[in-house]
Amino acid sequence: MRYETVIGLEVHVELATDSKIFCSCANRSGDEQNSHVCPACCGMPGMLPVTNKRAVDLGMTAGMMLNCHINRTTTFDKKSYYYPDLPGSYQTTQWFSPVAVNGTVRIETENGPKDIRVKQIHMEEDAGKLVHDTLSNTTLVDFNRTSVPLIEIVSQPDLSSADEVVAYLERLRSLLRFAKVSECRMELGTMRCDVNLSIRPEGSDKLGVRTEMKNMNSISAIRRAIAYEVDRHIDAIENGTEELVQETRRWDDEKGMSFAMRNKETAGDYRYFPDPNVMPIVIDDEWYGRIQGTLPPFPEVKKQQLIDQGLTEYDADLLTQSRVLCDCYDAAFAASGLAKECANWIATNCLSILKKNGQTMDDLEIDGDRLGQLVKLVGDGVVSNANAKKILEVMFEEDVDPKAYAEANDMIVSNDTDAVMDVIRGIVAANEKDANDFRGGNEKAINPLFGKCMKELKGNCAPQQLREMLIACIMEG
Amino acid sequence: MSLLINKAQETAGKPVVLEDLVLTTAMPTTGGSKMLDGYMSLFDAEVVAKLEAAGYGIAGKANIGEFGFDLMGETSYFGACENEAGALVSAASQLLSASEAQAVVGLDVNGVQRRAAAQAGQVCVKPTYGTVSRFGTIAVVCSGEAVCVSANTAAEAQDVLSAIAGHDDKDGTSLPQAVCEKVKTPAELAHKKIALAKSLTAAADEAVKSCIDAFVAFAQDAGFTVEEIDDALLVAARPAWNVLMSSELCNNVSRFDGVKYGYRSANAETIDDLYTNSRTEAFGELLKNTILFGSEMLSEENYMPRYDKSLRMRRVVVEEFARLFGEYDAVLMPACSKMAYTPAEVAADKFLCFKENMFTAPASIAGLPAVVAGGVQLVGPAFSDAALLALAGQFDAASKTPVACEASEEVR
Repeated sequence: MRYETVIGLEVHVELATDSKIFCSCANRSGDEQNSHVCPACCGMPGMLPVTNKRAVDLGMTAGMMLNCHINRTTTFDKKSYYYPDLPGSYQTTQWFSPVAVNGTVRIETENGPKDIRVKQIHMEEDAGKLVHDTLSNTTLVDFNRTSVPLIEIVSQPDLSSADEVVAYLERLRSLLRFAKVSECRMELGTMRCDVNLSIRPEGSDKLGVRTEMKNMNSISAIRRAIAYEVDRHIDAIENGTEELVQETRRWDDEKGMSFAMRNKETAGDYRYFPDPNVMPIVIDDEWYGRIQGTLPPFPEVKKQQLIDQGLTEYDADLLTQSRVLCDCYDAAFAASGLAKECANWIATNCLSILKKNGQTMDDLEIDGDRLGQLVKLVGDGVVSNANAKKILEVMFEEDVDPKAYAEANDMIVSNDTDAVMDVIRGIVAANEKDANDFRGGNEKAINPLFGKCMKELKGNCAPQQLREMLIACIMEG
Repeated sequence: MSLLINKAQETAGKPVVLEDLVLTTAMPTTGGSKMLDGYMSLFDAEVVAKLEAAGYGIAGKANIGEFGFDLMGETSYFGACENEAGALVSAASQLLSASEAQAVVGLDVNGVQRRAAAQAGQVCVKPTYGTVSRFGTIAVVCSGEAVCVSANTAAEAQDVLSAIAGHDDKDGTSLPQAVCEKVKTPAELAHKKIALAKSLTAAADEAVKSCIDAFVAFAQDAGFTVEEIDDALLVAARPAWNVLMSSELCNNVSRFDGVKYGYRSANAETIDDLYTNSRTEAFGELLKNTILFGSEMLSEENYMPRYDKSLRMRRVVVEEFARLFGEYDAVLMPACSKMAYTPAEVAADKFLCFKENMFTAPASIAGLPAVVAGGVQLVGPAFSDAALLALAGQFDAASKTPVACEASEEVR
């Protein structure tokens, strides 16, 4: 028999806020354990939650990017369960009135575009991290992540293959990154995905027994987990290898297998109820309009704009992967009018400096307007390419005006050709051997001469012009 | 049997005692529970800062029942308090009687302070919800509990209330400063009419009724009309409150799990054992029963028919009060059914605190100000705290003459 797969996803995304959702601790991962904690996010008695409005902004933004209806009154609820990484023994989440409902995400499939329905997006706080030390057989807990704001995006069971799941995730990632909701990095856990999966005979409209898989932390792990789980379901149905039950399973990527965690009978009752300490959040027209006003165009729309400005598809694609890059480009282009050059400076020079600093594209902090001024200085032949790169390095460290910096540091290309010729003559005279070798047909012999001239001129000469003048001088002699 | 669980080394300023759900860095805060025996908070409650800023000094921590929701402090890990006559009393009211404190500031979770004040002939004000910060109080019933003040006179209670009322950014339910200010000065009681809650009064004994009668006489002398009202909807507050209180309590005390602080069982191999044994060994019987009841009320099966229904009942009570305050300045009712409880009575009915709170639940569930004085309770509209206290103060002064409240003196 032929089967079809029915998949719904629950995607958790950490919101890119400065602070946590109910206290003022920093929302930052990778720092020393328990360095961003306070009595509130450690669940100490006496603390009360104070809602971070920025998290609500981002929850709304995500909802709008995913074509959702925004609930104008949204509330928080308590979900109770015991686990050592949950210090208050309850998680504050949205059960009764989530921030956004009824959206759609359009993906491309081999059969053309397909709309995946989004049931809801709710905000909640993250839990801490347990660190197991096998040597001493102890478990320690790091509360840096408790109360970090999350959204959970719950799809309807509209996905029917691993390819569609990947397309959906990549689309979510692209939209949310572009709207600066989150960096959505699966390898860092800022985007996580649970897969609800069942199979049924092709053409059937009844849903089969559903299992939920957790703990996949890469796209490729998700592909493997889906393939494994589909096989397991089919095997169970066709060969009776096991009885399928509705349960939560943990994916073990090393073993390439999923394992049962808890089933319906052993699952806890979360005893949801409205959190009396968090006042209902009423989103008025002013607030709604403000968030709507900050929405970026869809990435593909922006990409087409960039191509229309003259960028290659490759550059346009790269720039629209990150709103930070894109905003920097827009400002640089506005300041210089040089589309390709600005794209090149960002895609090549800026990214290589970021890479050297161990940073990602979202860490780009330089002023796009000033980058544009720098690109224009190069384009106008006022500053040489080599000197401009040095200025760019400085711009990564401090906020400098490129032109003023070039002037103050003797980096302006000289227009005085007589002075340049004087320098060339001096160098050629002092290096007769290289000059003779060149005259004798050894073209490479010009390189040391060129380098010495450039050094003497402090780089303030257009390379092509210098080369031509140098050749003329040698051949004269 | 201790009144003061912890005593300050020295007290600068007018001495105020805190009931032990109010967190302090200078002394441990126990919540009356073995679970938090010796627990040192990392921060002071907002009311502590406000009291100190106003020139009060924290003299110590008064004993309370475990997490403050019992009848009269009888469930304290540190022992119940009795007076010379063998009646259960609250540590706070004993300290006030002995003039060891000018006022006691506590958390009115389930009306203990109001009952205690009524029985001891003292004054207690449970202010309008949101006018005094709950930051730094051990949460039990967040939706209805309020920091409250008990004192020997209404004037002293008002002074302390004025010192602690005000907006606090650290409490998301704290009202704006301008609104909080309203509890500091009495507004006029414009209707000149007081409603007498008929069946609540009928549920009390003769001694309590004589206090009610005395208030009626006083109010009429002072130019008020007193009318008996049908209070069926106010009586219905109790079962709804018990569901909400138990459910929130169950959730709020779930943080006490033996993992991070407080009591941890030495007898645990697995994490589940650690939770179960720590809580089993450290929690008292009433608390355990209430946790189980609250957990049941929040279960998938009971949420709509029990918890959600109680939330809707809360709205009905709020609307009923609003309707009454369209006509009356306050509702007069008892704060307790009798003037003393014996330890034997409490032992015989371990759920007495879920019955006796019929008098305190209406104001708690609706978040309204309630003032106890001269053995009676007045519940008024939001922000009428100061007006109620002023009226109660006049009555209190009058009722402390030898003639009034004779019967209740006999019982004592």
